[in-house]
Amino acid sequence: MDDIITLDYGSGGIKTSDFIDNLLVPAFDNTPLNKLADGAVLDGAERLVFSTDSFVVSPWKFPGGNIGRLCVCGTVNDIAMAGGIPKYLSLSFILEEGFKMWDLKEIIASIADEAKKAQVMIVTGDTKVVEHGKGDGIYINTSGIGILKNPRLGKEYIRPGDGVIVSGSVGCHGASVMMARSGLLDGDGPLRSDCRILTDLAVAAQDAGNVRILRDPTRGGIATVLNEFVEDSPLTVELNETAIPVDATVASACDLLGLDPLYCACEGRMLAVVAPEDVPSVLDALHRLSGGEKAACIGTITQKRPGQVILNTSLGGRRLLGKLSGHQLPRIC
Amino acid sequence: MLYESYFKKPKDIAGVIAKVRDLAKMTGPVRLMEICGTHTMAISRSGIRGLFLPEIQLISGPGCPVCVTPSGVMDEIFKLSDHKNIVITSYGDLLRVPGSRRGDSLLRRKALGAHVVDVYSPMDALALARKNPGKEVVFLGVGFETTAPGTASCLLEAVRQGVENFSILCLLKPTEPALRTLVESPDFNVSGFLCPGHVAAVTGSDAFAFLPEDYGLPAVVSGFEGADLLCSILLLMEMLADKTPGLVNEYVRLVRPKGNPAAQEMIRRVFEPVTCEWRGLGMVPGGGFKIKDEFSDFDAARRFHLTWHEGKEPAGCRCAQVIRGSLAPGQCPLFKTVCTPQDPVGPCMVSSEGSCAAAFRYEL
Amino acid sequence: MCLAMPMKIKEIEGNSAVGEAGGLTREIRVDFIKDLSPGDYVMVHAGFAIEKMSEKEALDNINFMEELEHAL
Repeated sequence: MDDIITLDYGSGGIKTSDFIDNLLVPAFDNTPLNKLADGAVLDGAERLVFSTDSFVVSPWKFPGGNIGRLCVCGTVNDIAMAGGIPKYLSLSFILEEGFKMWDLKEIIASIADEAKKAQVMIVTGDTKVVEHGKGDGIYINTSGIGILKNPRLGKEYIRPGDGVIVSGSVGCHGASVMMARSGLLDGDGPLRSDCRILTDLAVAAQDAGNVRILRDPTRGGIATVLNEFVEDSPLTVELNETAIPVDATVASACDLLGLDPLYCACEGRMLAVVAPEDVPSVLDALHRLSGGEKAACIGTITQKRPGQVILNTSLGGRRLLGKLSGHQLPRIC
Repeated sequence: MLYESYFKKPKDIAGVIAKVRDLAKMTGPVRLMEICGTHTMAISRSGIRGLFLPEIQLISGPGCPVCVTPSGVMDEIFKLSDHKNIVITSYGDLLRVPGSRRGDSLLRRKALGAHVVDVYSPMDALALARKNPGKEVVFLGVGFETTAPGTASCLLEAVRQGVENFSILCLLKPTEPALRTLVESPDFNVSGFLCPGHVAAVTGSDAFAFLPEDYGLPAVVSGFEGADLLCSILLLMEMLADKTPGLVNEYVRLVRPKGNPAAQEMIRRVFEPVTCEWRGLGMVPGGGFKIKDEFSDFDAARRFHLTWHEGKEPAGCRCAQVIRGSLAPGQCPLFKTVCTPQDPVGPCMVSSEGSCAAAFRYEL
Repeated sequence: MCLAMPMKIKEIEGNSAVGEAGGLTREIRVDFIKDLSPGDYVMVHAGFAIEKMSEKEALDNINFMEELEHAL
């Protein structure tokens, strides 16, 4: 194979076959994929969970991960948050002419690795190549299918008195990507994306108690997701600032760039609203798992201010925690 | 890190808050003003703004250097961004700010093809210019005395390295002249000032002595952490209760009476005072900095023959009054109804230090 | 426009230095800070150190606040 992606790789001809046969199939190796039919024929006649996500992260590599790891985690986690057990993924690339094959191989290896960890199969996919200057290196879409395990998850189940749990420290992914993008980050430093598969944490939480809803706080961070839980409803999320786990390195990076960790994306964290009597058992279950050690109860559902999220500040004041409006720009002020 | 965590909140926070409330009973209702956008945000974000209502109103004054930049200037910047060969570099704070026409902003222009890059430091803009010799790189130099010395250093570095495709649009402003204009205006109604700690780190706390000495107004130079803000409010209330207006430096770990002479010298080396328009205050004598003639080659205003036309304020916009502190964001009829961060009418709603942005985002 | 953060100086070379905060390092300018040594703390705004801070001064600030509180 060549050392860079050229338009030929997207044409459907010899180079495309070469790419599929010698790079993609060996990396993902499973029965439905190996048939290389137009669609993958899959087992299962139960209720399904279906999700899709596209990934355009720049730079494609950041401390703690790359776009490959992210594209598996993103869709797998969405299925897990919806109460499904993730099983199958599709994988579509849009590559810019000139993208280095070496980098693509690294990404594919990450995808294969993460898929294995997630116990999902990549069963179908597509590759397109666009002219130099018409893309941004690499865009990926993954769509996923899972088997529904828990149909009783959703905003409609949230009740006053419920506890709000986060599975770990917040803002790591967003902060590390912004730092990498700004060129400020030391590659081997302590700031890393939190990108990880959440299936086991989701299952453990649901097995340990009555979970009303699960969500992974990606774009917009925990602030945005918590707003989505209660907007247009009579309910309020009341958070305690001191209870929200924020790593010191994330706090420093956010200070440096003028960002707020509560709005920074997490790619390996789970927000759960849980029946009040089950908060201790759910926390206990999460604490026993890798990635859940810092799980904490950060607030409660009340009815004080319909549709809003309130933060009780460390100084004893109260303020609104609104949805993210527009993307966060690195600030000086 | 140098006890920074100590300053997050006072040891005896309940005691401090109780004492402030007691003093407020003695003074009666008071209005205290801060004149630093970072204070605006810190006070709202920490929940302090509502802590002492209704006795103590914490008002935001003209502390956001982006908000006080008139719309006519923004219009000229947008025109500049139209040129295919020009790269506009700016702090993130400016990117959503509209000009005379609603909906226009550097961010929107970028989506339509203009070269706009947000930078953390003017040095990043200079580095960009060095890497792109075929492009004209303009840095939007907005800020007060905290930012001025760095901007000056950057210009001198550009001169030293001969980076001819780099220029600075100097929108820097000193604090004192505008503050005097504000205090001397007929509708001025504030009892005391929280003074900007990082401006004072450069100018020295003595630079704010004119407030008690010339106007009888108590002033406290304040840091930005929770403990700094609460202690500074306490200090102001004590002076008001005793009727002994003076200047106190609360931020002793960073601010010295005479400030940082090397930084002040850097400002003087490159800039000189000029009369300048502040949104909300009109023309302020000595209210701006301009690049000295000897550095005119790196002055974007001269290089691109920019002239400031009087921009029209957008219809119904009350930013001018909000900036002077005579109208609270919530009192503006457009607040939240017509003017939102997604679709702002004026800068106060979208500058990352704007009073309306803080109120929209944080106030209950 | 005062968003700044304290950083510890790790190395200095002319007008540039490496500052560190919370495990993160960044190149900063120190053009107007006199008598700077590695190990010193500075307040950094827009990539420039605007002033030095010493442990003594931090303690002075703490003492100042504590006196204020005791006077309550």
